[in-house]
Amino acid sequence: MSMWIDVGALADIPVRGARVVKSPAGCIALFRTADDAVFALDDRCPHKAGPLSDGIVHGKSVTCPLHNWVISLETGMAGGADEGAVATYPADVRDGRVLIDASRLAGRRAA
Amino acid sequence: MSKPKLVVVGAGMASGRVLEHLFETDAAAYDVTLFSAEPRGNYNRIMLSPVLSGEKTYEEIVTHDADWYRAHGVDCRFGETIVKIDRARKVVVSAKGETPYDKLLIATGSAPVMIPVPGRDFDGVMAYRDLDDVERMLAAAKAKPGADAVVIGGGLLGLEAAAGLSRQGMNVTVLHLMGHLMERQLDPAAGYLLRRELESRGIRVHCEASTQAILGEGKAEAVLLADGTVYPADLVVMAVGIRPETRIATDARLRVERGLVVDDHMVTSDPDILAVGECVEHAGKVYGLVAPLYEMAKTAAATLLGREAPYRGSVTSTKLKVTGVDLFSAGDFAEADGHEDIVFRDPGRGVYKRLVLKDDRIVGAVMYGDAADGPWFFGQLKDGADVSAMRDTLIFGPAYAGGSALDPMAAVAALPDEAEICGCNGVCKSRIVAAIQDGSGDLAAVRATTKASSSCGTCTGLVEQLLALTLGDDFAPPTVQPMCACTDLAHEDVRRLIKSQELKSMASVMQELGWKTSCGCHVCRPALNYYLLADWPEEYADDPQSRFVNERNHANIQKDGTFSVVPRMWGGITTPAELRAIADAAEKYAVPTVKVTGGQRIDLLGVSKSDLPAIWADLNQAGLVSGHAYAKGLRTVKTCVGTDHCRFGTQDSTALGIAIEKRMWGSWTPHKVKMAVSGCPRNCAEATCKDVGVICVDSGFEVGVAGAAGMDVKETERLAKVATQEEAIELICAFVQLYRENAKYLDRPYKWVAKVGLDWVKARVVDDLESRQALVARFDLSQRVYQKDPWAERAAPDRARAFQPLADIVLEAAE
Repeated sequence: MSMWIDVGALADIPVRGARVVKSPAGCIALFRTADDAVFALDDRCPHKAGPLSDGIVHGKSVTCPLHNWVISLETGMAGGADEGAVATYPADVRDGRVLIDASRLAGRRAA
Repeated sequence: MSKPKLVVVGAGMASGRVLEHLFETDAAAYDVTLFSAEPRGNYNRIMLSPVLSGEKTYEEIVTHDADWYRAHGVDCRFGETIVKIDRARKVVVSAKGETPYDKLLIATGSAPVMIPVPGRDFDGVMAYRDLDDVERMLAAAKAKPGADAVVIGGGLLGLEAAAGLSRQGMNVTVLHLMGHLMERQLDPAAGYLLRRELESRGIRVHCEASTQAILGEGKAEAVLLADGTVYPADLVVMAVGIRPETRIATDARLRVERGLVVDDHMVTSDPDILAVGECVEHAGKVYGLVAPLYEMAKTAAATLLGREAPYRGSVTSTKLKVTGVDLFSAGDFAEADGHEDIVFRDPGRGVYKRLVLKDDRIVGAVMYGDAADGPWFFGQLKDGADVSAMRDTLIFGPAYAGGSALDPMAAVAALPDEAEICGCNGVCKSRIVAAIQDGSGDLAAVRATTKASSSCGTCTGLVEQLLALTLGDDFAPPTVQPMCACTDLAHEDVRRLIKSQELKSMASVMQELGWKTSCGCHVCRPALNYYLLADWPEEYADDPQSRFVNERNHANIQKDGTFSVVPRMWGGITTPAELRAIADAAEKYAVPTVKVTGGQRIDLLGVSKSDLPAIWADLNQAGLVSGHAYAKGLRTVKTCVGTDHCRFGTQDSTALGIAIEKRMWGSWTPHKVKMAVSGCPRNCAEATCKDVGVICVDSGFEVGVAGAAGMDVKETERLAKVATQEEAIELICAFVQLYRENAKYLDRPYKWVAKVGLDWVKARVVDDLESRQALVARFDLSQRVYQKDPWAERAAPDRARAFQPLADIVLEAAE
């Protein structure tokens, strides 16, 4: 069962930028690409837990601000020679509002 | 036996097409009465723009003239507005009375959206929707040649209006709320090319423009934006969008959502009432383009004749009808799960093509500059054709479709001798090959002998391929280090081209220099952002999203994701009040570590991101500003106490250090810059291992540059000795500006000086006084833009929000 929660206006996320949403599963980073698509990922790099929301967004990837791991916004997988992944969550934009599907968050607790 | 009566409300393109289909299939099926609020019949509304620009006349765009209506026995009631539908009695009501119907077709189209700003009802403010609007615009252009027009809305309609008004001799400004033009149809790269084209025609474009008011007294005189900009305007055209015209349908209690709701047969919630065109909503979608209207018309005509031709919704494509602008857009080109891009750029011709694929099928296409293949791509898109077999050559269109992948070397080999390789200098293939055979064995030699690839550099790859072809294994490809995987160009080339081609935006650099990705990467974007702001301080707007985290957040990120805060202490001098403020802040925000830095100031480590605006505001209260301890910019100017207290001091080194720091703080540089001023050769401020270090002596100031004390340790080299403090400051500003303008991003001054040579630097900074003054002037100009305390700006409540979470759904999601 999907459980869509309105977390704010698209306009509040900078283009090629990110904002953080606090959830039961910890901080979730909401990314907005150059083409106004929105992606939701855990805000912890699989490498050393860097805040991905502070990274540089390019194409459909974000580069972690701590050690330049490149994480796919679509799959959460690390690119290149790096191995690891972060959880991704369904996110959508409707009428200028950003929604995330919290159905997978409810059961989890922040580590 | 009398025929059933069909009443049509609205004589636009959709209902016109319904009537055509109806008469073609069964001319005798209905008695038709046609109402229109406009005092004329059906004309080709999408050709209004050519009428506005003067390329066509009204007569040329009429679809159905009086003869056509007469020949088909249509009772035309033009200029007569239907005000009510009485469904119970099956009549429509106009000012002139009632008309009965058996079947009713609603085709009322759409109405322009007028944005609710003060002054919208002034004379001279209008929409762009029908022929009357065009005539008013033409009259305005004729009444006052060279008058100012402002078009609000940089979408399809707004840009056509702008181009038309411009051709009529008006001085046109386009205001667009979003970041780039036609954002619903174009991606940023194509939007940039379009903007460049319009600007080259003298149309001013202002994006991210939020209209606040139309100024004037009863008549429009100017438009005021939220950022305070004012544009004079004798005419204001609002083209921000359309909404379905559904008022009579709503009044008649038909089902209306965004538009008048119809089923797959174009029948509304009343089985005797059909609707087509821009006023309808089908399967949740509302259409504003002509192709879907025609498909609906086919269905509606079939339904009226008791046949089945269900409408299944439309995929739309767009072409901009501005002469000389070749643009095509179709489908979905937003970044999304599973979408893959194929991008082609030809900077020389201003061509940009992008296909978006999903599961081996084209789902979106944007082309600019050469849209000839647009309809073919659109066909592939609509058919859902599997393109995996021809993917390698897909972007080249049907000419190559399904062909074998081209070997780039074979393509160059196949070029005729007279093929032009270097467009800038007009050098053909045979001349380059001859030069290579005569001994020009590398790129530099070919450049020197033929000039090929020596200007814009975009043909460098071709010249290298010719070298490889001609020399075979003897050719050693150059070892230039490209900036990143997005380009083959080195940093130095990119810097040179940004200056020589006057590239003043990120989009223009990526387009003109043929970037291989749609928006760069974490390696090139910070470098490009720096190059652009350093070279064009007034024209380029700093892009925070292309900054590394520390420069975006104006604090240094630590390994646990917290930040460190370092206020500036001018020349390392502080006061009890400042120290008290720092101590108070450290306690208030529970700062875990307070550290004295090597640059003579205090570092507060371990501050959470969300506390940053508040701690900055507190420090600002005490007069403390950002120390830029996180910046590729001026960090510190370390000093000793000089003549103030020291018995050996020869000059007031503290005052000089403070004066340098006050002049230069806030400047961005290719890498960090650290300075020091020592009051005597004992050098307590360690000035001889800084990027710039001054040693005071009795007779003046010795200015050294290009020292290092990091990964490498290196003593400064002497730039010059000067007599006065003022001269020392000028010299240092000129040196830093030369470094700002020429060095590669992330090269410290010592690395840069090693590349260009100290003599080259001295010639421009020391020996040539005119050059020195020009460098200082350019430095000061940049400082006027960038010397602002970033903390004060971001501590303001509206910007501080960006440092807080967007939402907290801990409770909501846990339920």
